[in-house]
Amino acid sequence: MKRVISVLGLVLAVAWSGQADAQTLKTVRDRGALLCGVSQGLPGFSNPDDKGNWTGLDVDFCRAVAAAIFNDPSKVKFTPLSAKDRFEPLKSSEIDILSRNTTWTSSRDALFNFVGVTYYDGQGFMVRKGLKVNSALELNGASVCTQTGTTTELNLADYFRANNMKYEVVAFGTADETVKAYETGRCDVFTTDVSQLYAEKLKLTNPSDHVILPEVISKEPLGPLVRHGDDQWFDLVKWVLFAMLNAEELGVSSKTLDAAMKTKQPEIRRLLGLEGSHGEQFGLTRDWVVRIVRHVGNYGEIFERNVGASSKLGISRGLNRLWTKGGIQYAPPIR
Amino acid sequence: MTKVAFYNSPKVRSAIYQLAVVATIIWFGVEFAINAKANLDAQGVRFGFRFLDDPAGFGISQSLIAYSEQDTYRRVFYVGLLNTLLVSVLGIVFATILGFAIGLARLSPNWLLARLAGGYVELVRNLPLLFQILFWYLAVLIALPGPRQSIGLGVQPFLLAAADGFSWLERYGVPAAIAQSWRGLADWVGPPAIYLNNRGLIMPRALFGEGSGLVAAMLALAVVLTIGLRFWARRRQDATGRQFPIFLTALALVVGLPAAAFLVAGTPVSFEAPVLRGFNFVGGTRVLPEFTALLLALSTYTAAFIAEVVRAGVLAVPKGQTEAAMALGLRRGKVLRLIVVPQALRVIIPPLTNQYLNLIKNSSLAVAVGYPDLVAVFAGTTLNQTHQAIEIIAITMAVYLLISLATSLAMNIYNARTRLTER
Repeated sequence: MKRVISVLGLVLAVAWSGQADAQTLKTVRDRGALLCGVSQGLPGFSNPDDKGNWTGLDVDFCRAVAAAIFNDPSKVKFTPLSAKDRFEPLKSSEIDILSRNTTWTSSRDALFNFVGVTYYDGQGFMVRKGLKVNSALELNGASVCTQTGTTTELNLADYFRANNMKYEVVAFGTADETVKAYETGRCDVFTTDVSQLYAEKLKLTNPSDHVILPEVISKEPLGPLVRHGDDQWFDLVKWVLFAMLNAEELGVSSKTLDAAMKTKQPEIRRLLGLEGSHGEQFGLTRDWVVRIVRHVGNYGEIFERNVGASSKLGISRGLNRLWTKGGIQYAPPIR
Repeated sequence: MTKVAFYNSPKVRSAIYQLAVVATIIWFGVEFAINAKANLDAQGVRFGFRFLDDPAGFGISQSLIAYSEQDTYRRVFYVGLLNTLLVSVLGIVFATILGFAIGLARLSPNWLLARLAGGYVELVRNLPLLFQILFWYLAVLIALPGPRQSIGLGVQPFLLAAADGFSWLERYGVPAAIAQSWRGLADWVGPPAIYLNNRGLIMPRALFGEGSGLVAAMLALAVVLTIGLRFWARRRQDATGRQFPIFLTALALVVGLPAAAFLVAGTPVSFEAPVLRGFNFVGGTRVLPEFTALLLALSTYTAAFIAEVVRAGVLAVPKGQTEAAMALGLRRGKVLRLIVVPQALRVIIPPLTNQYLNLIKNSSLAVAVGYPDLVAVFAGTTLNQTHQAIEIIAITMAVYLLISLATSLAMNIYNARTRLTER
């Protein structure tokens, strides 16, 4: 009898534990590490090397958040997720941030919170040079390989329907299978976001045999997401991105940081926490931007390092330039 | 009878404990439902099946019914369901045929045949199915050429080769007219109508015009007549012992009656030949390489298991039966067909049902090769786009449960008919 009652009591306790909400920052601090959901291996965005170290634009963003919280960019645990299964772990609190080159759309925003855009992208097509195709409008009747569970399938259908072209779609579960099928010639065209096309092209046996067509057929603003229901966490992560953009705008990089600490310019002083207590409003320390820039860098640095001129992908800034340089990256001021 | 307090009576205690367990289970169920609803409300996800009427917006590479991107998610569900049923039914048929063949081969007195069959079973049973599916897919794709270098299956290439041969022989005095007549024949035959490439096997499509209903009706009539004929011939053999050539008569009926209707109705069925235009072939029907790879992998994998089930069933039949049949002068093939296998079926059918259910569920690995089955298009793409996870998974599980239950029911009815009837 006593055993029955104690078992019942245990069961009741477990059932009434409920779910944690508005407590993410506290949970992360107590845990001592940030849980970050990334892709299964996309060069330039999130890719493990053969020793298991993760690099990439999305990876550096999570490291920036960890640097702001812990003053240590290595306090992050990365979980690789496929396109099909990336949202459920965020919904069920198995990860704190999903930083996995995910497009900001209305239907997704209704379920989660997008913290901003780390990369303005669009969908494009890659074909073999041997097909002598110069434009996506010449693809009538082609077979197209794509990854299932993404906005790619929908954009593809819309584009071909709008231009009265017929096509055959072959949809696979993972990016690797899609690329393999394209390489063996199962389809003529491989379609996904242009940044992923550049990354996957590197993995092909003969990258120079393939060409990326000039058409960009959709808006794909890629950015990290967090759960609904925790405003403090949402603001914190959002402002880590804005801090990195503001740092680049004000000319503060990891190389010029020490010199910038001695500046008299009020904007830079506010940014670096020498005046005001802006970091503390998010639950961080005053030197939160110093931590970010010192350990990871500003937005320009992480762009160049991972996908830009000094990386293997060699993508130009394009739309991702700051608004002062002709692009559309624009962050609200810290004051 | 000793008077005992009611709470010490074993029956009452048992009843109370059982009621408590049932109440706990019901309470768990209610808690789950309330918790789920609260979570879904907090995230703004509507629970409901209204999403089935929304337009899908994506294409599907194989569909047995008409489908376009503007159709609803409900139509996507039906397309996926039909694709799953197609690969499952064909897989069961091929796996059974192959499994019986290999199982009986393993019992053959021919040493090489038995060892080969044994080797096949051991190899295929012990490799993971996903691995085998990917192997077949890549093997099929890599071996085949692209559309512009398709392999044409037809007579014309041979006729042209013969014509070339005769042209070459002209220097020895063979008249040129012979080569010309071969070329004329090649022209009349026309280009090959069946092409094989890494996009699939492309065949002409039958276009049913006016009067094709008569052909279909004649075919149905032929099938009905065949069934009736079988019953009549069986009864005649039981009564008089005289055999009737059922197979040949049935063949004549099934081929002859529709053919006669075809000619009478003025050849209403025409064929639309596939033509290479641009990237792919236009016209005709296509068997996808994804479908072929999945079917091959499922059939060969399940056949290995069915082979062992068949072997167990045959070994379970007492040896005395085989000895008696041989003493009567029957040869080994007839012994197997008439004496051993009918008795072995009693032992074979229950585990065979298991293998069929396994095959049906294993077909959900189709997403690994891009075959649009139910799990891939409905529980994959649709779930990802609508986020209605609970409804979609519930529907998918219910569908698989229904298919499996229907299969078990059919097999159990067959099992009941082959059971030993005790007197």
